Amino acid sequence: MAAPIALHLEFGGGAELLFDGVKNHHVTLPSQSEPWDMRQLLAWIRGNMLKERPELFVQGESVRPGILVLINDADWELMGELEYQLQDQDNIIFISTLHGG
Amino acid sequence: MPVQCSSCTKKRAVLKRPKTGHSLCKDCFFWAFEEEVHQTIVSARLFNRGETVGIGASGGKDSTVLAHVLKVLNERYDYGLKLLLLSVDEGITGYRDDSLETVKRNQQQYELPLKIVSYEELYGWTMDAIVKQVGLKNNCTFCGVFRRQALDRGAMMLKVDKICTGHNADDVAETVLMNVLRGDIARLRRCTAISTASEGEGAIPRCKPLKYTYEKEIVLYAYFKKLDYFSTECIYSPNAYRGHARTFLKDLESVRPSAIVDVIHSGETLSVKEGVKMPVQGTCSRCGYISSQALCKSCVLLEGLNRGLPRLGIGKHHRLHGKILAQQPLTQQEERKLKAIDF
Ligand SMILES: [Zn+2]
Ligand SMILES: [Zn+2]
Repeated sequence: MAAPIALHLEFGGGAELLFDGVKNHHVTLPSQSEPWDMRQLLAWIRGNMLKERPELFVQGESVRPGILVLINDADWELMGELEYQLQDQDNIIFISTLHGG
Repeated sequence: MPVQCSSCTKKRAVLKRPKTGHSLCKDCFFWAFEEEVHQTIVSARLFNRGETVGIGASGGKDSTVLAHVLKVLNERYDYGLKLLLLSVDEGITGYRDDSLETVKRNQQQYELPLKIVSYEELYGWTMDAIVKQVGLKNNCTFCGVFRRQALDRGAMMLKVDKICTGHNADDVAETVLMNVLRGDIARLRRCTAISTASEGEGAIPRCKPLKYTYEKEIVLYAYFKKLDYFSTECIYSPNAYRGHARTFLKDLESVRPSAIVDVIHSGETLSVKEGVKMPVQGTCSRCGYISSQALCKSCVLLEGLNRGLPRLGIGKHHRLHGKILAQQPLTQQEERKLKAIDF
């Protein structure tokens, strides 16, 4: 059994509008048999945090193209994207590039 | 496993560049980003020493990054430019108010002079008032046409030599697609140009120093530099057609990142075959602004608003320009056609 993990999630660049305009969220993911990865985190956000129009945030099992993801301040493309295994106290940032310039 | 920077090989990489696939650390990324904009400016000869350059500033990510980078490069390479910020207040309560606050903070952060021109002072109408009259279907037409002229007029008041805007590679690629989808050959031919020469009286040359810069990098540059920008969609913009083009492009980019520059390249190398009719550019006989018709789009839209005939500028009503100029009354049938507007 993997222990529950606490994460700091941040939404910016307009993505926060899908989360009641709140940018910072401290969440705890429950313990489960396998370690949590980004794929499962996105499914968890969709099920637990997104109230309406989830298609503006997730597409398939990933984020909608145009939303950037940073894991501990590094581009998730360097970190294995959906396969990245989450650690306790990780800092995950989602920034929309889809909002006006 | 942290990835090392492929340039300095010392520090931890923070991003994978969409254009090159390189993994760079923060400092190497800032340097590469700024140098590429510098290369674009130099190779396209966008500016001349001594010029006053107005930066179209909306408070959004693109123009904020543009203002920051131009200030950095003007100092680093001694361009000898006088930079200032130029903003348009469309008069949209709760949207423009907040973004203009951002621009005012930018003015102080970057120590650049700021000029704000409002639709209300230029046209006598705020966007809030226009939406009340025309509804939410064609409001973007009004706003787009008015904004373009407003920037020019503000620039003229400040005696600016050039205007630069924050259009990035994604925007340019999107515009290429939009013009293909609309069959707008004249715009398709123009839209990839990095700068427009002065097209006669009333228009100031414009350029896009971020034309080859990916949106992803602009957003990450702003994020890592902690730049202060505003990100909310205009409350009046349900531009569904452009939205589809944008989503399509982003989907392509996620499969093949070079899709953005590839579309721009296609747009740049297209040539229009001989014999295709192009509109002839002249000037508006009322306000002197560039126009391919007797009256420019902005004057027609304004005339429509002031006469309570909002459809006037929306469809093709060129035939009526002569009548409007001569201030002749319209027939009942003409009026009826121009009045109805579906909300
Ligand atoms: Zn480096
Ligand atoms: Zn005019």
